[in-house]
Amino acid sequence: MDAVLDILLSASFWAAAVRIATPLMFGVLGALICERAGVLNLGIEGIFTAGAMAGWLAVYLGLDLWSGVLVAAAVGASLGLVLALLTVPLGLSQHVTGIGVTLLATSLSYFVYRVALPNVSSPPRIQPFAPVAVPGLSDLPFIGPALFGQTPLTFLALALFAVAAFVLHRTPLGLGLRAVGENPAAVESAGLDVHGLRIGAVVVGSAVMALGGAFLTMAAFNAFFFEMTGGRGWICIALTVFASWRPGKALLGALLFGAFDAFQLRLQHAVGGAVPSQVFLMLPYLLSIAALCTVARRADYPKALMVPYLKGQR
Amino acid sequence: MPKTPPLVLRIDGVTKRFGALVANDAISLDLRAGEILALLGENGAGKSTLMNILFGHYVADEGTIAVARDGGAPEPLPPGRPGAALAAGIGMVHQHFALAESLTVLENVALGTRPVWSPSLRLGEARARLGRLMAESGLAVDPDRRVGHLTVGEKQRVEILKVLYRGARILVLDEPTAVLTPGEVEGLFAVLRRLVAGGLAIVFISHKLGEVTAIADRVAILRGGRKVADRPVAGASRAELATLMVGREIAPSRRAPRAPGPPLLVLDAVAVPGERGRAGLDGVSLTVHEGEIVGIAGVSGNGQGALAALLAGTGPRPGGRATLRGAAIGSGPGAVMRAGIGRIPEDRHHEGVVPSLSIAENLAIESLGEPSVSRLGFLRWGAIRARARAAITAYDVRCPGPDAPIRLLSGGNIQKVILARVLDRSPRLILANQPTRGLDVGATAAVHDRLLQARERGAGVVLISEDLDEILGLSDRVGVMVRGRLSAPEPVEGLTLERLGLLMGGSPEERAA
Amino acid sequence: MIRFEPRARASLALIVGARLAALATAFALAAIPLAAAGAPVGRSFWLMLQGAGGTLFALTETLTRATPLILTGLAAAVAFRARLFNIGAEGQLYAGAMAAVAVGSGAVSGGPLLLVPLVLLAAALAGAALMLVPTVLKVRLGVDEVVTTLLLNFVVLLVAQMMLEGPLKDPMGGGWPQSEPILDQAMLPPIVERMRLHGGFLLGLLACVVAHVLMTRSVLGLRIRAVGENATAAAYAGIPILPTMLAVGALSGGLAGLAGASEVAGLKGYLTADLSRGFGYAGIVVAMVAGLQPLAVVPAAILVAGVFVGADTMSRTVGVSNYIADLIVALALVCVLVSGLFVRFRVRIA
Repeated sequence: MDAVLDILLSASFWAAAVRIATPLMFGVLGALICERAGVLNLGIEGIFTAGAMAGWLAVYLGLDLWSGVLVAAAVGASLGLVLALLTVPLGLSQHVTGIGVTLLATSLSYFVYRVALPNVSSPPRIQPFAPVAVPGLSDLPFIGPALFGQTPLTFLALALFAVAAFVLHRTPLGLGLRAVGENPAAVESAGLDVHGLRIGAVVVGSAVMALGGAFLTMAAFNAFFFEMTGGRGWICIALTVFASWRPGKALLGALLFGAFDAFQLRLQHAVGGAVPSQVFLMLPYLLSIAALCTVARRADYPKALMVPYLKGQR
Repeated sequence: MPKTPPLVLRIDGVTKRFGALVANDAISLDLRAGEILALLGENGAGKSTLMNILFGHYVADEGTIAVARDGGAPEPLPPGRPGAALAAGIGMVHQHFALAESLTVLENVALGTRPVWSPSLRLGEARARLGRLMAESGLAVDPDRRVGHLTVGEKQRVEILKVLYRGARILVLDEPTAVLTPGEVEGLFAVLRRLVAGGLAIVFISHKLGEVTAIADRVAILRGGRKVADRPVAGASRAELATLMVGREIAPSRRAPRAPGPPLLVLDAVAVPGERGRAGLDGVSLTVHEGEIVGIAGVSGNGQGALAALLAGTGPRPGGRATLRGAAIGSGPGAVMRAGIGRIPEDRHHEGVVPSLSIAENLAIESLGEPSVSRLGFLRWGAIRARARAAITAYDVRCPGPDAPIRLLSGGNIQKVILARVLDRSPRLILANQPTRGLDVGATAAVHDRLLQARERGAGVVLISEDLDEILGLSDRVGVMVRGRLSAPEPVEGLTLERLGLLMGGSPEERAA
Repeated sequence: MIRFEPRARASLALIVGARLAALATAFALAAIPLAAAGAPVGRSFWLMLQGAGGTLFALTETLTRATPLILTGLAAAVAFRARLFNIGAEGQLYAGAMAAVAVGSGAVSGGPLLLVPLVLLAAALAGAALMLVPTVLKVRLGVDEVVTTLLLNFVVLLVAQMMLEGPLKDPMGGGWPQSEPILDQAMLPPIVERMRLHGGFLLGLLACVVAHVLMTRSVLGLRIRAVGENATAAAYAGIPILPTMLAVGALSGGLAGLAGASEVAGLKGYLTADLSRGFGYAGIVVAMVAGLQPLAVVPAAILVAGVFVGADTMSRTVGVSNYIADLIVALALVCVLVSGLFVRFRVRIA
């Protein structure tokens, strides 16, 4: 019990929680934007990988960090456009297309990485984003390091949440997006472009997802590894359901998840070898499944999620 | 009468053909500000085709539509442009609402009324304007409630408010009362009267005579694609309108006389809750005898679906007693079929067949566990194909062969396959739900012959239909469903069209208008 | 504006033609990154072809690689038919492999006639049991099976690693996380002399034939097809939905489990945590390329395996990463998906 308390009372734990939560924040926000418009984006895992690779490679090849972030977002947006064109105007299965985009994005990333760096044995590192120290605030106990010792990407994630919440709830565009995920017929009869809204949402959502990947290589691990995304995309899909497609709850969900993951990592060290490390490592995945099951019955799905809107066919 | 109010809409000689079928035959119609025009007609009379042309979903083969603004001269509406009617100030409230359920009333109303890229929704402004509209029209809904939490009547109010909010001067209502309770209907009528007093013009599509005479100033009646009457409502009796709408003598019954056998199906005060604005069953009692066809007439959505679901085994467990030959009807399609009920579903494409499976497979699908179809878990393909070939011949199914996917067949031929599937099991009771909807004359006759043959053989038939010819031509007795209630079935011999029309339009004793 | 007009009937020529055109498009698209990487495109593809089937050795290597893909492809094909999107073949494969090792590495003794079937049965049961969880969650709670099966893949791989460091660890393995070897009498025998091709390939062929018969000739197969195509009509006709879905889930998971047994008891002889090289995910591509037809799974799996094996050879010669194979396979999936539209609809651009 003491071990648990020690962990919870350490400032480094809270800093780690927010750090671990950051890629999930990008991922869950991206998934949320797509799904609010009615498109399940299962390309997320591949888009994470592509964002991680593209952002890292751009910096490795000499661009500055923020340009790398833009490159990652552009790559994510392009992959999102592929998924959107296949699933929205063409109405293909969102499940299978999403898996296809994940396979495509992952293999393309690995291929490009190998072609760009044919002769490396250990992954080369880049100079990553450094934590921003906010004078005064960073020295506050707990909250200081947790919130104000983070890299700019964490602040970008928080800012994007604020922007997304504002756009979704306070602008005509957001109203259109929310409506198109509920009842495209209502949007159509109001004179808005159903396909345009959906494609736009998927492109933007995918760009945001890619930033989650970019965080991994540009702020967390400083290098690109194969399989480094480790199912974070799928976890984000589960978190989106858990958050009832609300930005506030999604942010909270990502933070809780980050805290949980940071906790299990520290507990793992505290417990030592008594319990196999894999038991701890599988907890996030099991937690995601459990989260899905607990909300399954009362999940308030966007009514038109995964329902294509094809005019010629009705 | 003071001077004639200005013309707002002119439909002039609109004709629309679908192949050989003339859905609209040179229809002309004028609409003036401040009036309620009822558009009356049976299913298939051409009402929805006309509205689809008005809203640009279809293009008329001949004729024009013109809209007048502010008392000016009528200007032609560009054909085939769905947005054009909206822009010209015509709004429609469909039977199936186009609302986003998780959004609030205010959000649904405001949707699409501001430029997409503008940085603000100006919800405060929208709220004020909506408030004024509500006060003027008497349409009260809490603007901050989620639409999904509203009653059907409230959702309809939101739909009307949406149309008004966009500044429409012409409001088209498609069967607006089908989903409402009597109290809500009264409220709606009061609102409509206020709206026309403010200068709005309303097209009220309906088949309910009582409502037409209660609310409309003028009535235009469509039958078989043509306009057969266009007259003021004042002075028209319901019987007159009913005859004009149906427009024919009752077809002579094609039934051979037959003494009914012992009671087969007995429903005693059966109750099922309604769902999503559709009526359930409210204390329905009905006895169907062997060798008898009981017709269930009525406007759709009045509980026919719940009755069909009960007999098909797809509905919830009902209150009251429902027995077949003395034994309680089980629940679940399997139990119902084993008890001897054969089911012809209303929506043959959705419930009746699996489109990509072959004709033979679709014929076998209700009998998969039975020795005639399978042995030890494996399909007896020889027997299944032989049966399919026999059915194709016996029922005159036009198809490439038993192995062709059933989606290639026309509606009539699909229905023949379903009929073969049902009748081959020699059911004691047959549920025939809209068995000839959308079928051509030949297929309709084939279906009718088969149902009459089953009656000959001693089966009981529950025939649910909106086609009065069909009901009167086949049934021994006829009951009418209104809002989940079934009128006591009356022998067809004493039944007049007028009486049937009155029962369907809400029985006179229930709603004196 | 794009309009889709449903096609009354698609001829076999159209179906096969569209599929082949999709594959050709996938290769053509893959030529772009290949050229960008500085590889001679024509020669690279020629080397891939050589590497996949130019010699008896190459051919048997391709068929060896196709073996797990046949089984995982079949697992996806059967499940997708019922609209049960099992993306968990990867995990089920490991579950099957663990069960195979647990049973076949000495826990039970006996001759090949006892041990081989026992190993296969254990693997199939393990895979099936694993897939029942997402199936029940889907049918009962409406939890999306794609997400649960994907997440379970990670869990199962971790369980496998844990087992390899724990109960299944080979004490003679010199510290490497690998399992005790499968007994010789529990191994699937090789079927071509001095080559690695083993009995698992025949097992895969047999499974395809059995699945074909099951889908076309059995009551269960008809139920599966009916539920997948129109669940409302299937329920109306009295077909029990939950039992049908459970049967599909068990069948699909079982087939993926067999893939695991085939790899450990046919090829490797013991279990490691890198047993599968994405066979579960590649199986989805195989199933889609095969149009979910069990018999077409065999050529589709051989094609995909050929791409992988051929790319290895090509990569060694030309010096371009063999991830081009993964890329071609992913492109094939997307292209085949799009080609399906042209089979089902006449696509008109107005």
